[in-house]
Amino acid sequence: MKIELKRQMVHNEFAKKVELISGQNLFACYQCGNCTAGCPVAFAMEVGPHQIIRYTLLGLEEEALKANTFWLCASCLQCTSRCPKGIDIARVMDALRMVVLRKKDRQDRIQISEFSEEFLERVPQIAFISGFRKFLS
Amino acid sequence: MDYLYFPGCTLYTKAKNLDQTARKCSSLLGFELKELPNWTCCGATFPLATDNLMALLAPSRILANAREQGTTLTTLCAICFNVIKRTNRLIQEDGEKRDKINNFIEKSYQGDLRVLHYLEILKQDIGFSGLKGKVKKSLAGLKAAPYYGCMLLRPFKEMGFDDKERPTLFEEFLEALGANPVEFPYKIECCGSFQSVGAPDIATECSYKILTSAMKNGAEVVVSTCPMCTFNMDHKQAEIKEKYLGFKEIPVLYFTQLLGIAMGLDYRTLGFEQNFVDPMPLLDEKGLL
Amino acid sequence: MVIGGGIAGISASIDLGNAGYEVVLVEKLPSIGGRMLQLSETFPTLDCAQCTLTPKTVETGQHPRIRLLTYSEVDEVAGQAGDFLVKIRRKASYVDWEKCTGCGLCQQKCPSKNPSEFDRGMGMGKAIYTLSPQAVPNKPVINPSACRFFREKKCRVCEKVCPVGAIDYEQKDSFIQERVGAILTAVGFDLMPQERFGEYGYGEVPDVIDGLAFERLNSASGPTTGEIKRPSDGKIPKEVVFIQCTGSRDPERYMPYCSRVCCMYTAKHARLYKHKVHDGQAYIFYMDIRSAGKGYEEFIQQGMEEEGIVYLRGRVSRLFRDDGKIIVWGVDTLTGRKIEISADLVVLATAMISHRETKDLAKKLGIVSDDYGFLTEAQRKLRPVETNVEGIYIAGCAQGPKDIADAVAHANAAASKVQGLFAKHKND
Repeated sequence: MKIELKRQMVHNEFAKKVELISGQNLFACYQCGNCTAGCPVAFAMEVGPHQIIRYTLLGLEEEALKANTFWLCASCLQCTSRCPKGIDIARVMDALRMVVLRKKDRQDRIQISEFSEEFLERVPQIAFISGFRKFLS
Repeated sequence: MDYLYFPGCTLYTKAKNLDQTARKCSSLLGFELKELPNWTCCGATFPLATDNLMALLAPSRILANAREQGTTLTTLCAICFNVIKRTNRLIQEDGEKRDKINNFIEKSYQGDLRVLHYLEILKQDIGFSGLKGKVKKSLAGLKAAPYYGCMLLRPFKEMGFDDKERPTLFEEFLEALGANPVEFPYKIECCGSFQSVGAPDIATECSYKILTSAMKNGAEVVVSTCPMCTFNMDHKQAEIKEKYLGFKEIPVLYFTQLLGIAMGLDYRTLGFEQNFVDPMPLLDEKGLL
Repeated sequence: MVIGGGIAGISASIDLGNAGYEVVLVEKLPSIGGRMLQLSETFPTLDCAQCTLTPKTVETGQHPRIRLLTYSEVDEVAGQAGDFLVKIRRKASYVDWEKCTGCGLCQQKCPSKNPSEFDRGMGMGKAIYTLSPQAVPNKPVINPSACRFFREKKCRVCEKVCPVGAIDYEQKDSFIQERVGAILTAVGFDLMPQERFGEYGYGEVPDVIDGLAFERLNSASGPTTGEIKRPSDGKIPKEVVFIQCTGSRDPERYMPYCSRVCCMYTAKHARLYKHKVHDGQAYIFYMDIRSAGKGYEEFIQQGMEEEGIVYLRGRVSRLFRDDGKIIVWGVDTLTGRKIEISADLVVLATAMISHRETKDLAKKLGIVSDDYGFLTEAQRKLRPVETNVEGIYIAGCAQGPKDIADAVAHANAAASKVQGLFAKHKND
């Protein structure tokens, strides 16, 4: 659990990519946790959104990408609307999704082949369209 | 006055009841919804990745097409509203992206279309007191919980729909119809949205919290503006009942279905067969059929 | 002239009076004492605020060289260092202070009840009032917007019971001119009103109060005679949540700066609460603890060790009413968990801001104020009590958030600058 911190870890490619895709400055986060406090789905997350930002900033790419945090994000924007530093956390969550989905191995988060006929019939297309955008590579 | 109207894919199928009732009510209220010709899906999420221009093409086309036909576009689905309005804002503000998009879709849209939600039309152009005057059948104090969800309200700077912490527009609408709006803390909390596809249990849990909060505060019906929210809160009551034994069902209606009742439309034309939890017993009891 | 009769203004006035100078002390409220009057105890010693303050207010009131102009405001300023001409509006109190003996009968008999501004809405006050039983000067004023006579032409009880006939409903604002060599501005601070915070209920959730309101609840001379009671039902709260940084350190939504005193006064509140409610629990949501003064850090630590206060490191995203309780949605970033507390009482440490009128006063004086209305010092590091105008000085929280000890030091410094100015021009 120890981190041997070096400057290259802080200014790492992963964090820079996340900042680029999200357009947010991760250094602005002062870890107040307001995002996690107001997140409607954080109860099911392994670590809260503020922690993922912390992992990213400190260069802990593997840990950040292993967590289920950004996969559970529903892009409800409550975090963004309450962040005292004006960070768009929802964008950061989406950026993390993109980092994974854009990887060369193109791993989808959900497998459409696993959906039952009944599920495909029942769920409205609006859910599938947004779902596919968030979970398919 | 007529408004260009973007229904969105779900309103043509799973949420036909929302679309049809809206059209019927507008005629009664003195305006027409002119459906945008050759419209396509809006994409259902505003791309949060700043480098994803592909996802902006669909809503941009809608905006560009609409602008060729008129100056104001309206929609019913809160998600479509959010996507289209945010895209509009981006096009207004980001010249570089605007040029790239216009170049690709071969249009020259400048961001000068006015995007309104149906409820905003009711508030701004007709007025809720005007609406009240047109009510044929008052909703008899029906305890209705207005569920705003997320997409109408956030981000406030771009949506500008209402106060994001304590909105009141929907309550004013319900009062105009003679209903009794129920105040409940979960009215601005997320229903789980597309997680009904990615992590369905999450969406079930979110909806459960919203519904129980509404019921705890006395709601007899929950009122929705979004087919995604309606799926999570209405249809997923099946899952909720499995997980929480003893959960009491509550009907979830689209705001236009309530509007339809208030406008005196025949209940058989309001698409209740598409509602999962049958609202008829409640409406019958209230004498609203 | 000293504008502002709070602890800074009073300290400066006494210094200047003792140094042999004539002081005109202008205060907009009916009596002097400022914010300290509203406090119950002060950190870190937990000394009684009134006991510390009253000797000073009395000294000021009785000082041969200090002239008190309370219930007055500065209207116009002209001139320059050594020769300022200040027009002062003496507000109509509707009581002839020359005749009034301070017997208090009018206040006793007044039938009007309205939420008391001094008590931050925690209690009711009369339309004719003094701010406290030990007010200096001990002369009441009538608040016309609360008075039955002014509103409905009824009542007049105060007039009837006054033994010396001091009530005068016809009184009007009057103006006087004062010629002074220097002006010291110590107009103090306000607290960001709760009504600003949508996520905390826009001030409409009954048991959500601010720091000053808690002081009033805890004061022996306050609306509940010092019992910590919920405003909604009068019950003793057992789960009390304190939220620091409400509106401070929040560049996106409210004020970007730190209000400096909230960490200390919140700890004080939590400790005082525990002293009174032994089986209660205090939770403090914080981002950092700023306890830089002498004895301050020890005070904080004692609060944790002795009173068992639970410090939760994280903000509160939202709170709302549910069945008579207040549901608080916060986070503890140290364990990484969301925290939900069903609280009986919530105390918000709201941001320290300038009074609405400070900016206007600054304009009248020709001095600079910043984006937040605080008065700007001449040089950030080396000239903390002077302004861009020679002869005009600033002291206390009018310049920026600070605690009482720092405000007094600031005021003493400003007073010494005035004396320096006068000494330099002694023969002019």
